[in-house]
Amino acid sequence: MTESPTPDRTARRPVRLARVDWSEITVTVFALLLAFVIGAVLMVIADTEVQQKFTYFFARPGDALTASVDKISTSYGALFRGAFGGIGPITNTMAQSAPLICAGLGVGLAFRAGLFNIGGQGQAIMGAMFGALVGFKLTGLPLVVHLPLAILAGVVAGGIWGGFVGFLKARTGAHEVIVTIMMNYIAGGLLSFALTQALFRRPDRADPIAPVVAWNATFPRIAGTQLHLGFLLALVAAFVVWLVIERTSLGFRIRAVGSNPSASATAGMSVANTTMVTMALSGALAGLAGVQVALGPMSGATPTPLTAGLVGTIGFDAITVALLGRSRPLGTVFAGLLFGALHAGGLVMQGTGTPKELTTVLQALVVMFVATPMLVRTLLPFLRARRARRAVPAVASSGGLA
Amino acid sequence: MSNPRLPRPDEVPGDVPAPDRDSTPPQIVTPQQAPQEMTVTSVLNEPTADAPTDQIAAAQEVHLATTESRENRTARLSTGVLLALMGLVLLRLIFATHGKATFALSDALVPQAERLPDIVLPGVPLVVVATVVMLAAALAFLFGRRLPGWVRGVAGAGAATALVIGFITWAAAGRPLPFQVSNQLAGTLVFATPLVFGALAGVLCERSGVVNVAIEGQMLTAAFTATLVGAVTKSVTAMLVGAVLAGVLMAAVLALFTIKYIVDQVVIGVVINLFASGLTAFLFKAIMAPKPQLNEAPLMERIPIPVLSDIPFLGEVLFRQTWLVYLAFVSVAVVSFLLYRTKWGLRVRAVGEHPQAADTVGISVTATRWSAVLVGGVFAGLGGAFFPASTGLFNDDITVGNGFIALAAVIMGRWKPILAACMALFFGFLQQLGSQVQTLGTPINSQWLILLPYFATIIAVAGLVGRVRAPASDGIPYVKA
Amino acid sequence: MWKDATVNEPVSSQQAKPAPSHQAPSHQAPSHQAPAPQGLSLRGITKRFGSLTANDGIDLDIVPGRIHCLLGENGAGKSTLMNQLYGLLDPDEGEIFIDGTPQKFANPKQSMAAGIGMVHQHFMLVDVFTVAENLVLGREQGPFGTLDMRSARRTVIELSERYNMAVSPDSVIENLPVGVQQRVEILKALANDAKYLIFDEPTAVLTPQEIDELMAVMTSLRDEGRAIVFITHKLREVRAIADDITVIRRGAVVGQPPRDASEQELAELMVGRSVSLKVAKQAPRLGDTRLVVDHISVADDAGTVVVDDASFEVKGGEIVCIAGVQGNGQTELAEVLLGLLPVLHGEVTLDGRSLTRLKPKEVLRAGVGFVPEDRQHDGFVGTFSVAENLVLNQIEEFSRGGMLDLGRISANAEQKVQEFDIRTQSISLPVNSLSGGNQQKVVLARELSRPLSLLVASQPTRGVDVGAIEFLHKRIVEERDGGTAVVIVSTELEEVESLADRIAVMNKGRIVGIVPAGTPRDVLGLMMAGIPHDEAVAATRATPADPNQEDA
Repeated sequence: MTESPTPDRTARRPVRLARVDWSEITVTVFALLLAFVIGAVLMVIADTEVQQKFTYFFARPGDALTASVDKISTSYGALFRGAFGGIGPITNTMAQSAPLICAGLGVGLAFRAGLFNIGGQGQAIMGAMFGALVGFKLTGLPLVVHLPLAILAGVVAGGIWGGFVGFLKARTGAHEVIVTIMMNYIAGGLLSFALTQALFRRPDRADPIAPVVAWNATFPRIAGTQLHLGFLLALVAAFVVWLVIERTSLGFRIRAVGSNPSASATAGMSVANTTMVTMALSGALAGLAGVQVALGPMSGATPTPLTAGLVGTIGFDAITVALLGRSRPLGTVFAGLLFGALHAGGLVMQGTGTPKELTTVLQALVVMFVATPMLVRTLLPFLRARRARRAVPAVASSGGLA
Repeated sequence: MSNPRLPRPDEVPGDVPAPDRDSTPPQIVTPQQAPQEMTVTSVLNEPTADAPTDQIAAAQEVHLATTESRENRTARLSTGVLLALMGLVLLRLIFATHGKATFALSDALVPQAERLPDIVLPGVPLVVVATVVMLAAALAFLFGRRLPGWVRGVAGAGAATALVIGFITWAAAGRPLPFQVSNQLAGTLVFATPLVFGALAGVLCERSGVVNVAIEGQMLTAAFTATLVGAVTKSVTAMLVGAVLAGVLMAAVLALFTIKYIVDQVVIGVVINLFASGLTAFLFKAIMAPKPQLNEAPLMERIPIPVLSDIPFLGEVLFRQTWLVYLAFVSVAVVSFLLYRTKWGLRVRAVGEHPQAADTVGISVTATRWSAVLVGGVFAGLGGAFFPASTGLFNDDITVGNGFIALAAVIMGRWKPILAACMALFFGFLQQLGSQVQTLGTPINSQWLILLPYFATIIAVAGLVGRVRAPASDGIPYVKA
Repeated sequence: MWKDATVNEPVSSQQAKPAPSHQAPSHQAPSHQAPAPQGLSLRGITKRFGSLTANDGIDLDIVPGRIHCLLGENGAGKSTLMNQLYGLLDPDEGEIFIDGTPQKFANPKQSMAAGIGMVHQHFMLVDVFTVAENLVLGREQGPFGTLDMRSARRTVIELSERYNMAVSPDSVIENLPVGVQQRVEILKALANDAKYLIFDEPTAVLTPQEIDELMAVMTSLRDEGRAIVFITHKLREVRAIADDITVIRRGAVVGQPPRDASEQELAELMVGRSVSLKVAKQAPRLGDTRLVVDHISVADDAGTVVVDDASFEVKGGEIVCIAGVQGNGQTELAEVLLGLLPVLHGEVTLDGRSLTRLKPKEVLRAGVGFVPEDRQHDGFVGTFSVAENLVLNQIEEFSRGGMLDLGRISANAEQKVQEFDIRTQSISLPVNSLSGGNQQKVVLARELSRPLSLLVASQPTRGVDVGAIEFLHKRIVEERDGGTAVVIVSTELEEVESLADRIAVMNKGRIVGIVPAGTPRDVLGLMMAGIPHDEAVAATRATPADPNQEDA
């Protein structure tokens, strides 16, 4: 409706997608830095020992400052070591990032169609539930049959869970944000319920925990590392999503509907069908993320058995991944690796007494800053001189969010 | 057929003198139009102004024939199918109902002398009646295209009542414990309190054109702050003030990103929720876990209102609550007054509908939106304070989706404070029902009862609401020409 | 929507041609004279958006007691100029004077305080508010911040009595016809006692009768001693009412012709070259009946019946124009032809095949070309490239096995850009970056790129500059001459008159009558108000009002 008063911006920008945009990269790097600075401040404020040193700050400022620096360097040092310190941590980062990439691709795909899938959490839960179910219920199948079957079960479950939201949106106009949030709670409830039932509960245990997944349904792993098949699957998924979005007529429809639904309808595309298909695909990708958690071997050789908390907050982390990756597959892979590193490092950092939830705060902060390059430039004035002209909200321009 | 052509240029060459413009402009007086206009004008010129304006309105407003729209049809049919399904469920429950159902009108804690008598009713007939009502309502929706709106309203209300009574009867029939009616209603108010506050926060924000998905995050942060402040000061007042400040602070973050930096409003709302959940979980572990004494908020006590609390039944339901509950319902009136009876409210509504129109009459869109979001933050803060005030401590994710249910209440309440509060009561009722029925020891798994509000929300936004109209500029950032 | 169209037209896409030489230099605005001692003066107003200069050193004098017409094409910079006067935009250079004193308007409030009022092209009214609420918005009264609606209603009644413009204070805006909404907009400015009243394209949404009423209102306000600025691109209206005329082209004042300048002169000054206002068009060679619309009724989303029992036929090689004031069901009628809206009852057949139950995709396949009314909204995907938009509704034909055939998509684009003279630097630029005329060419190129049985075009030249109008009209007539049945929906009588072989007039969802081309304007005008043809003819005979109208 309203036309932008700065036409030269769009007119001059090269339109080919996926070209390196240095300004975006600069903003991302500094957004990251700012987030870590704020995280450091939080750490210092929240630490009781450091707080005590600050009580006599004016008498001996050195104590407080040394304690602060110690605290920050210990925590961030642990975070870094946990993410990148050697082959173990690096492969752990990759393993952690695999589900984030998959779910992030799902959220990003929905963004391209103008849909906001907050239901990644529920879809991942369904994926994990049914992936695990096939994984531990069936026995005696060879790997080449069992593993694909388990993956398929999870992907389909996630796809149905997401597709249902698309169906409701297309048929009744129910807003997908509200419905997906509610579906998250329902999926959580369903999992808790299932774990109390004979079908899912481990016979020898009283607490709600499922049996261990069969060996032939576990992702093969490179010996001595944390790297398993899941990461490869995530990369393949990223490539397929790119191919679908940029090179197929389905992707064309998804992008068109996301950009301008009424023009798409006038051009004979079915907005309702595109909505349903996109939500189902988005859910399937989130389901794949759930499968990764359920079938991917973690610190031990076997996958963690299914529990109510197994999926963690993957669905919500995926939103930040998609936003940071600007809904583009390649960007999503890098964003997933970054946040995967935070997760991998966060666990090690927790050992030094800094709760791993700090990484969630960092994630949210990074996305907030990335979404507002103007804010980053306000906070860091030296960036302004170089790139003052391009004050575009990054999220808004990332392809059909609005 | 002759060539169609523009009549002007060649037929009226420049040298033909144009009509004299200093007298009257060219005007076509049409006999057909004149009478109507004349009556309108003459009516208007009469000194008594109030009466004729209705006639003017009637003469001017456009009225075209109407038929049932597609959306209304979908809503009607899906409601009908849903009611029919529930009717079938009730039908099944008839065969699972045994014995008599007891309904207690007074709380078990009320001294024997003051207690109202229990009502004992036969189970099966009651469920049968509920089933019949339910199925009749379903038929009314499915085949009642021409029924007037109020009939459908009555059918809907009847179906809802039948569902609740049928369900409760089945659950209570043959159980040793009575179903606590007063407890159910009083508990509804309690559970509805954070939802009412959250919904008010949402209404204020969205009426000004800022979508607020971050109610959950605002309440969560406020709940944490309230706990910490309450634990340190041991004062309920300080606790509320702390909660309000936290709520306003988070609202300021929302306003900064949506109004100043024009980030997609839903996206930033979700990110703020994530930030709040990460921040509170981090601080909870870092600060409260090592020092449990920092996680001891003062509990809010029930304050019986003199005289009113002695009214049988009603007094027990309505007037033996905590301050926060009373405050929630006063707040509904306050927000209603602010929105509809003050200059500020008019401007908030204008800015949410047509910001440019407001701008062209000299209203600052930015300032008005900021103020509405911040005032909304006050209520979100109060809503957050509810949790530690009723449990005495903070937990990870203590708000358990109440902010999102409040958002659903805003939409179902069509962005109107009173209607949204009613929807909050509805959700409160479901939550209390879930916990009540659980104590009766029914065969239903408690997991499902906890999920009741979430199912209800989906059903509501998907079908029953029908056509809702958001403020026209809700979610659209205002960028000056 | 189009008032900012100027900013979307890269300068490079326009032909730089000199002003017509026969315009005497005396018409040129004198450069940067001292401001007039009386009235409102603009001196050297310059406004740039990025590389585009929307206003370039504009001088303008607005004198109380006169109607000053600001004439210019869509996107010439008229609205930008007025938005600076109204405090909505900041001028980059130049000054505004009132009675010789320099003024600075940072926001509308300040310019309102200085006595400037504006009647916006897109009414600045809150649809769900009542008339009274709209009128007091921003100037509310009442104790302690409360709202005194009683005094607000009184103000409305007083104002509407004083200026003889009937409105009811309690009507909700969205229930009022546009003509009455405009009255509210005018009263809003008058409530502020505006001495300088700017009317921004006020006639675009009105019936001819309503336009006459509006002109009467403007004249009486002028005679009260107020200054009126009347922004328009319609030459007729300028000649009917202007005391002073200023013509703006590409952001600069190009002349101030006398008020008795001919339409041809005004048009050439406005466009910058000689223009033919007629479409070269042969008499139609009618074929068989192709489109039959048989007693169609349609309801909109809210269930209101917006098309009521409409019937008409279109033969091959014929253009039927649906005329009517905006919002009388034409939009929905066009959408029904494409299958975008479901029919309540009735039947649409094309070449004997029923289209009634088909989906848009199938209708498009059946050989229907569709140019939507609101091209930004329905015609193209703005963020998509020119190439992508040129295949938007034929993507299946341009892909193989579900994969896009990028080579053919580009080749198609290169060819269409050539054929339709689409001015773009590259086929991979987003369509958003094109000017309105070139955007419309993209839409038309796409629709005409396949063999059609029926072309439905709504407002095909809305917001398009004169050069592009000529081109688009020519292509539509060519399509007709190829044997296609053509339905044009237009609210512009000029366009109807220049394109139609027959005219169907709509009012409140009904087809009032179908009349041959060449039916006089005032008869059409009355029919647009719902009066049947015979009565309309009788009425115009009874009162020959405007000498200009008689020979039409």
